[in-house]
Amino acid sequence: MNAPTLIPDFVNRKSFIELSARARAQSLFDEGTWKELVGPFDHIESPWLAKQGIAPQSDDGCIVIKGKIGGSRAVAIAFEGAFQGGSVGEVSGAKMTAALDLATKDSEAGKPTAAVLLLETGGVRLQEANLGLAAVAEIISSALALRQYAPVITIVAGTVGCFGGMSLVAGLSSYTIMTREARLGLNGPEVIEQESGIDEFDSSDRALIWAIHGGEQRVGMGLADLLVEDDAGKIAAAVRDFVHKGVPEKHRSEQVELYRARIAALDTSSQIDPATLRQQWGNPKGGVR
Amino acid sequence: MEKIEFNYPEAKRLITKKAHVGVVGSGDMEVLLEPNREEGAHVFIATSVNGFGNAWKAVFDRFFSKFDGAVCIYINDAGATPGSVLLRLEQAVEVIEQ
Repeated sequence: MNAPTLIPDFVNRKSFIELSARARAQSLFDEGTWKELVGPFDHIESPWLAKQGIAPQSDDGCIVIKGKIGGSRAVAIAFEGAFQGGSVGEVSGAKMTAALDLATKDSEAGKPTAAVLLLETGGVRLQEANLGLAAVAEIISSALALRQYAPVITIVAGTVGCFGGMSLVAGLSSYTIMTREARLGLNGPEVIEQESGIDEFDSSDRALIWAIHGGEQRVGMGLADLLVEDDAGKIAAAVRDFVHKGVPEKHRSEQVELYRARIAALDTSSQIDPATLRQQWGNPKGGVR
Repeated sequence: MEKIEFNYPEAKRLITKKAHVGVVGSGDMEVLLEPNREEGAHVFIATSVNGFGNAWKAVFDRFFSKFDGAVCIYINDAGATPGSVLLRLEQAVEVIEQ
């Protein structure tokens, strides 16, 4: 074609959301510096799924890659949303915990190693309920240990989103990156509707869901740090920036007084809408791409 | 869930590379293709859909009528159709032969 200017940017960009979890994690690293740990050829599958008639996956839906990001040591832990909704079971949870613990060990030994968590997950795998819950507790304590030494960076790109126990992990990470397509919340829309009724939350109302759980709102109200386009290059650049920025002065989850005061100050006499919350809790720079 | 195994002793060509393609998502499957230390090829299938042993046999008979590598093939399947199975297998072969 003779008029390349007519082709909009999104035609040429490399989508991040369309990549598999493995390809997403790989795309963040400096070329030729990474290797996968406990990969599919190690055949470490969930021992519980087959007993319940469900085919397992050779990496249990959790991909761990170690390498360098912008020249700094880093480990990426990615959940594959297409396998069992990216849920955390015994094996995938153990892989994530072990990777975070090794990063902490290296960091303590003077080799700071950042962690990048690619969370496309509904939380605990129901088929491995108690083991999954235990795994979330372990992951949280390991992430808390690491974030003293090196940044823990969460990416929620979509389209599964990040819910349940793993949203707690996103909440205590040093930085959270989201796209407009992504969602982040403790309870997923269907769970809220199931527990509190359709008047409370209509899980078929996509506009409502994204107005509350969506990346634009989460960044706008300061519960996530950066809104990026669905572009592998831009997301990798954002991760490099946060890796270089290092550990923040104060983590969001340490600001207990600030958030207590904010919640106390909310006027609950009328329904609070997403736009008001954004104004009141405002992250003046965030929210708009 | 059903576990199915096949042997193809005629497949004797030495293979050195490994391949991993696909994901165990609805209507899809995962294939691991690894060199077999002994002669012949072995296929191990774990599928969440029961009762399609004959369809799997037909797909692999066709696959091994063209492919002669001494490999171990591991499949975790979440309901892939025979067409998708053959495509995933061809994709794995493309990875080890490139």
